[in-house]
Amino acid sequence: MLIYFNEQLIHVAPELRLFALREQKKPHADLLIINGYPVSEDQALKENDRVVLIQRGEQPTAAELEQLMMARHTPGVHEKIKNRCVGIAGAGGLGSTIATALTRVGVGHLIIVDFDLVEPSNLNRQQYFSDQIGLPKVKALQENLRRINPGIKVTAIQQRIIAENLSNLFGQVDVMVEALDAAEQKAMLTSNFLQKFPETPLVAASGMAGFEASNSIRTRKVAEGFYLCGDGTTAAEPGRGLMAPRVGIAAHHQANAVLRLLLGEKPE
Amino acid sequence: MRLKINGQLQNFAQELTISQLLEQLQLVPKQIVVELNREILTADRHTTTRLNDGDTLELIQFVGGG
Repeated sequence: MLIYFNEQLIHVAPELRLFALREQKKPHADLLIINGYPVSEDQALKENDRVVLIQRGEQPTAAELEQLMMARHTPGVHEKIKNRCVGIAGAGGLGSTIATALTRVGVGHLIIVDFDLVEPSNLNRQQYFSDQIGLPKVKALQENLRRINPGIKVTAIQQRIIAENLSNLFGQVDVMVEALDAAEQKAMLTSNFLQKFPETPLVAASGMAGFEASNSIRTRKVAEGFYLCGDGTTAAEPGRGLMAPRVGIAAHHQANAVLRLLLGEKPE
Repeated sequence: MRLKINGQLQNFAQELTISQLLEQLQLVPKQIVVELNREILTADRHTTTRLNDGDTLELIQFVGGG
């Protein structure tokens, strides 16, 4: 019969068992994955099974890494998102955190746009390292995302976003994310994008400053194709800063809304 | 003129553009996303778009932070 072993189609004896295959191919493998599920028990293999054998601590190949990450997600999720494209406007506390989550889950292509450089004050909540201070945020983020999951494509564009360049930057995305800082910029991006691309859903955020209760942050549908995460009211202002926990909660609301949209589910 | 704004019916004495409505509601136009009858309108259309009796509006206020 035919099976896929580490993504290669191979002939094996009929009714070959998993442990026998391991003995033949990779006796020291201690991570056994069949059709995306990690398994520990020996079992008979079936025609067209996808088997990946990995030795813990060993640097995996790109194909093995993809299998390993796939195996951690719900089966079927990876297939549905690996060819999809998400646009992220802003690479600050929201954008860098959303990009990290979508990279880990394996969204195939991220387009990230931000004009700014990494500053010391960003490190209280943004997904950068102190040795990246002074680098363009999009370049630093692209490198961090590559280190997490080299299997996805990240388009990093250092540019200020205005109404006139939206179509060029984000015309091809399946889902758009608003992850900017100033209220005026958020409203500008959201209204211009939804007016130009009424068929493409947009996930925005408003209200995540301070240390109010976590559960006040929600995901709501506020207009056609327009989803808003946050508490809706808590602005960043003198005396109420932006901090990692609550910005992270709002960012992950956004990331999960994006994932749900890509999987054909309602985000709210 | 009766307008449905964020699900609530409200009465207005005179004809209004979107800009005039936002001013009357004391909202900052550049921080608001306006959806009129399920269509998003950018800020450059606020002054030229007149509202009609029975219109449905969603006014979504953004606050800063990200």
